Amino acid sequence: MAEPIKDKVAIVGMGCTKFGERWDADIKDMIAEAVYEALEDAGVELKDMEAVWLGAQWGSQVVEGGVVTGTLLSSTLQTQYIPVTRVENACGTGAESLRGATFALAAKGYDLVLVVGVEKVKDMGFGGLPSVWIGRWEPVYGAFGSGPGRYAMAATAYFAKYGLSNEEGKRILAEISVKSHYYGARNPKAHLRREVTIEQVINAPMIAWPLGLFDCCGVTDGASAAVLCRTEDAKKFRDDYVTIKAFGMSASPGWGKEREDYDFTYWDATQAAARAAYAEAGIKNPRQELDMVELHDCFTIAELIASESLFLCDQGKFKEQMADKRAYYHNGEMPVNVSGGLKSFGHPIGASGCREVYEIYKQIQKKAEEPSRQIENVQLGLAHNQGGHPGKFVCGVTIVGTP
Amino acid sequence: MEQGDCLTVILGLEVRGEDRDSSVASLSHNDSQDHRQACYSAVCLRGVPTIIITADISEWRTRFKIGKERRYGGYSLLRSLHSYLQASMAVEAGMDCLQGIEKQSVDALYFASTTPPFKEKQSASIVAAGLDLREDIIAADFGNSLRSGTIALRAALDAVKAGSAKQVLIIVSDCRPPAPNSAFEPLFGDGAAAFLIGADGVVAEIAASYYLTSEFIDIWRLECDLLPRTWEERFTLDEGYEPHMKKAVAALLKANGATAKDFSKAAFYAPNARSHGTMARSLGLDAKTQVQDPLFDSVGNTGAAFALMTLVGALEEAKPGDQILLGNYGDGADAHIIKVALGIETLKDRRGIKKHLESKVMLENYGKYLKFKNLIQFEETPMTRPRTSLPAMWRDRNWQYRCHGHKCNSCGKVQFPFQKRCMYCQAEEKFLEEVPLSDRKGVLFTYSMDERAAVVDPPNVLAAVNLNGGGRMFSQMTDRDVNNIKVGMPMELTFRKIHDALGVHNYSWKCRPARV
Repeated sequence: MAEPIKDKVAIVGMGCTKFGERWDADIKDMIAEAVYEALEDAGVELKDMEAVWLGAQWGSQVVEGGVVTGTLLSSTLQTQYIPVTRVENACGTGAESLRGATFALAAKGYDLVLVVGVEKVKDMGFGGLPSVWIGRWEPVYGAFGSGPGRYAMAATAYFAKYGLSNEEGKRILAEISVKSHYYGARNPKAHLRREVTIEQVINAPMIAWPLGLFDCCGVTDGASAAVLCRTEDAKKFRDDYVTIKAFGMSASPGWGKEREDYDFTYWDATQAAARAAYAEAGIKNPRQELDMVELHDCFTIAELIASESLFLCDQGKFKEQMADKRAYYHNGEMPVNVSGGLKSFGHPIGASGCREVYEIYKQIQKKAEEPSRQIENVQLGLAHNQGGHPGKFVCGVTIVGTP
Repeated sequence: MEQGDCLTVILGLEVRGEDRDSSVASLSHNDSQDHRQACYSAVCLRGVPTIIITADISEWRTRFKIGKERRYGGYSLLRSLHSYLQASMAVEAGMDCLQGIEKQSVDALYFASTTPPFKEKQSASIVAAGLDLREDIIAADFGNSLRSGTIALRAALDAVKAGSAKQVLIIVSDCRPPAPNSAFEPLFGDGAAAFLIGADGVVAEIAASYYLTSEFIDIWRLECDLLPRTWEERFTLDEGYEPHMKKAVAALLKANGATAKDFSKAAFYAPNARSHGTMARSLGLDAKTQVQDPLFDSVGNTGAAFALMTLVGALEEAKPGDQILLGNYGDGADAHIIKVALGIETLKDRRGIKKHLESKVMLENYGKYLKFKNLIQFEETPMTRPRTSLPAMWRDRNWQYRCHGHKCNSCGKVQFPFQKRCMYCQAEEKFLEEVPLSDRKGVLFTYSMDERAAVVDPPNVLAAVNLNGGGRMFSQMTDRDVNNIKVGMPMELTFRKIHDALGVHNYSWKCRPARV
């Protein structure tokens, strides 16, 4: 008989590299940077680790010529024959890595484990993400469909459904971008650290209409790491540990953009994962009960739709309930992505899910890198991490909080 | 009368006459006035005449009048990947031609072009798949000659006459790349025309033909050439085009006791507008009333497709009883008397020349034209290039090439692409039945325009189109004016090259705003 995971597993240490275009660091440097910070934070040593979950989507394929194994970590850190599970779930890799580690602990397979998410993309020589076509399931279907191109279809559909002119729609998205950059500027570890104005966002060069440059996250190098144990052992490491309240993990059937009844204005996998996570965590009204949310805002439209699909506001009411009221600022009613989010903090694919939890962990401990974005009294936070594209997502919703 | 009988007779009509020096005219002679009358209504251009003019390529000319300088060169700098549009235009023309006609009734496909997309590998088979024709047909490529279209026409007539096929679809499609800044550049255009040759539902009869074969070298490309070569025009006109065309027409008229006055319209090939006018006068045609617009101003010289596209134009205006003179040139010449039949009156709703011209889209600039024609080399991108897999393309041929979708016999929903289980009700694969979707129109549900995609014609417009009668197609949008795309606009599907990857042209379906 399955049991709820709530409060069974604790995070006792976390680390995160500086995110950005890390010309100075290769994938191994970043793994070490994040892991050492997490180990130090937990007060443990590498040799204490019994198993590792390593999430990386592109990194080692680019760096290591296509060899996708856990030896990326073991050869970097010289771990000695402990299991390293290589996890890959596109941009949702981070949440999946945490989930694997958590359930292994709950099953009492191990006592102390390490989770690492990492991505090194800026050694490739071009902007955007790589496409790995070798062995691709289908050579021409969906050819040239990019992340921005696919997410932008959701923006067009959202504008059309709610009768927004392009200008009105872009203005709502621009406000999200302004917020992201506001917090990126206040986060020393963030990739994009400059504030922008509404006009700058609206007038920026087009990437994938209707999304402009500032509607899109950068392409980022970075790594994040966590040390986890069962909650009963957590006190051994620290007092202000954080426990896992729930995982909601969902893979959509994946044919949304081909189904006539899918309108691109909601993330079905997110709704499913959120419902599951809320049920497990006992959350009835997420907007009231959650103190902060780090959600998957690879694009501004992604923040808008994820906010609605996580039920932080009503469907179609983002403008009124989030933007107009500035509810999503750190001192607002429902703070969202006060780290800068994927948009400004950065989005190294395999690292993002774990990095979102890092932000909540630090906020709970009142250790936000820059005090000006510290949210008062965070007890419960949600990290939303998804991979794929509109109509075809995997989604992980991770809820963490004080014990 | 049995079809076979009447067709035998027709054969006689076509080749009869004194000037039987044509190498193609080695057919039996069975001249009989009565039989001729009987069979005129038997072999016809049916369904027809439709052409497609690619909006992309052919019409840049009218805006950018270039090419005053006559200069040749630069061949070796150019990559030879130019020839990708013929198959698309051919499918387009074929779809227009076959509107309202059961595709299953086509017994053979003859594809004619001087620019087939593959040097080794048949093009007709690709076009047949794009058109979703039966598998048990004969498909053949006719190539190399500017007259390949009218030669295919003759072969089709022969096949129908011989009874080996009831209906043969011939499609001529050409896409010749002129050298930049050459005299050919402002002159050339691309286009395609399709005709269904059969014995039922007569639209127009090919009443008589005359074929003349000559070793005269006028325009050519060697095995390694991307761009056409030619000799001094004074020579090619004086010794090539003019005498050959005149001789073919004269022989045809003489054999059939006809004169120029007998034709309501003449549709004939010419290298350029001036020689077209000169030829019309030499043939004794009235320029104002009898000469069908050769489309030099609107489309250009479309090579192998030229004469038959002009015939389509003439048929669009024709009424039963009209006689049209058709003339083609290249490696000799051929001439034909086309008698318009009653069927022309019921032939409706085809785009043909007129509607395609009405809905043409101008290219924004010359650079785009060069890029489309693959006549210019752009900066190499280190971005991962597209790849392909021939096994995957082969497995997926029914949806990638034929545009079949699945219809769920459990819930009734139509879906694309093929599924292992119904995407709506999860019914097992055995409930999923193939349905053709390429003819379906639809409306644009949503789209985006990716400025950064490594496509030939950025932005890459991604679109979701809800098809009338069910199904949603996710694909790239082509032939679009990026300033005039609107959610809810009417859309249609079109067979296109998606990319060249690993040295192979990879075709499938895109959507586009409905033309006309």
